[in-house]
Amino acid sequence: MRLDDEAQAMLAGEAGPVRQWAIRHQIAVGEFFDAPDFVPVGQAHIMADTESLGEAGVRWLEGLAAQPVEQRRVRIPTITDPRGLDFNSYKRLRQTEAMAEIEARAIRAFEALGVLMTNTCINYQTILPPVRGEHLAFGDTGVVIYSNSVLGARSNFEGGPSALAAGLTGRTPRYGFHLDVHRAGTRHFALRCRPRGLADWGALGGIVGRATNSYWEVPVVTGLAQQPSSDELKHFGAALASFGSVALFHMPGITPEAPTPEAAFGGRPVPEPTAIAGEDIAAFYAGYDAKGDKVDVVVFAAPQLSLLEMQKVADLLDGRRVREGTSLIVATSPEIKSAADRMGLTQRIEGAGGIVAAGVCFYQSYAREMAEANGWTRLLTNSAKLVNIIGGYGYKPTLASMERCVDSAVAGRIL
Amino acid sequence: MPIVLKCHRGIGPAVTGTALVADDNFSARYDLDRLKGIFSRPAHKLHGQSYVGKVLVLVTAKGGVASAWMLHEMASRGLAPKAIVFDRTNTILAQGAAFADLTLVDRFEAGDPTRLIRTGDEIEIDPAEGRVTILNRG
Repeated sequence: MRLDDEAQAMLAGEAGPVRQWAIRHQIAVGEFFDAPDFVPVGQAHIMADTESLGEAGVRWLEGLAAQPVEQRRVRIPTITDPRGLDFNSYKRLRQTEAMAEIEARAIRAFEALGVLMTNTCINYQTILPPVRGEHLAFGDTGVVIYSNSVLGARSNFEGGPSALAAGLTGRTPRYGFHLDVHRAGTRHFALRCRPRGLADWGALGGIVGRATNSYWEVPVVTGLAQQPSSDELKHFGAALASFGSVALFHMPGITPEAPTPEAAFGGRPVPEPTAIAGEDIAAFYAGYDAKGDKVDVVVFAAPQLSLLEMQKVADLLDGRRVREGTSLIVATSPEIKSAADRMGLTQRIEGAGGIVAAGVCFYQSYAREMAEANGWTRLLTNSAKLVNIIGGYGYKPTLASMERCVDSAVAGRIL
Repeated sequence: MPIVLKCHRGIGPAVTGTALVADDNFSARYDLDRLKGIFSRPAHKLHGQSYVGKVLVLVTAKGGVASAWMLHEMASRGLAPKAIVFDRTNTILAQGAAFADLTLVDRFEAGDPTRLIRTGDEIEIDPAEGRVTILNRG
């Protein structure tokens, strides 16, 4: 890799051991992916919940935080993905004091590095939306795919250590989706149905993700008969990234790098599409169906809810009560939680027996331990991303619309 | 006769170990019970099997940024795979391997390594040279 004078100085240790670690890590990754050089980035976004950090990761962060202040502070705005625990709701979710302690240690270490604890996976809706062409070092696959696809920004999936390294050096290796060559469409899917609601959009993302199944493929979806909203594309992208490890999609006429199908494929011939029909979406739901089963926990999360989704959950719960023996959990960002508090939405959801957690996203919050402590197995959600993830934590997940999720929470069984 | 497979330059130290192969993918967050050291997602082809100390040979890395921290955390408890061999990795596992100093290679000249390497094979991985050698067929 070509290194400029500043990178050479960091590598030589002239900016201290923290930045020396960062640039070394980035060179190892950059050389693996044949990056020619570094590209400056505008923001970094760190996925670093304490469940994945573990004691080893937190101790490592504390080591960085103990270095001299001028050597350890990030050089560009650096923000965080959801945390492992919300101090205002962890007791109700039967998370432990030990989890709260390690969480507090991780936060102290990040703050010492100059990281802003935004604790959100919808920062493109609530913190500072990226701009077309802007190079970024974003963690969270849902954040990356939305920023790349809907906003036309440029980021790879940056794991926590790499995103932190980018915050410390202000740059990232120029590979993958920073380069034009990787951004042209490679697979073509044609929609022959109209997705209705967020769960349908997530199911569609899951179908395209399963079929695409590679970080290095770029699906193009044509045939949309409607204008999708930000929340619909949020669920579509999050599921696509989760099921397929996909980081970029194009929707001709909707996403900025694809004014036409031809442009979506970078001027190459548009390939014959794989059709996606209503039956495919129905079959996707059927793969998780458990009608009649008792439901232990209903989860609205993954990604965190926008203010408009919060309002819809509150509307659906008005005048009703979550059944004894069933839990209903809503996860949102601290900014949206604060707005929901102010607008009375939190009170309406919690008044009906739900729990609103802020700065977490359920699956990053010791999901296995929560299941054991609360006796949860059957989980119902409108997030296709969550049904994909949560099976590995011992849950039996079912996907349904937000309306059916709320009706089932009230009935205590899957309707 | 050892069988030599050329691949892209990789990450981490040279190691030798026993292969555990599947025509499936990998995510530390989605697929594993990291406390027990086994594949835990029911739909995974290695469901119920231990990955500890094995050379995992899989097709690709799946979504889930958390794997970047998790390899380091798993290694700190001695419950990590010895190395990971992919047909093609995503960025997260490469970053995670670099952070954990875990051996990782991909992009083989002869194609998908899950069709070239068998479970039980003793294999030697040299990431700096971009070379995997099958020492003994399992």
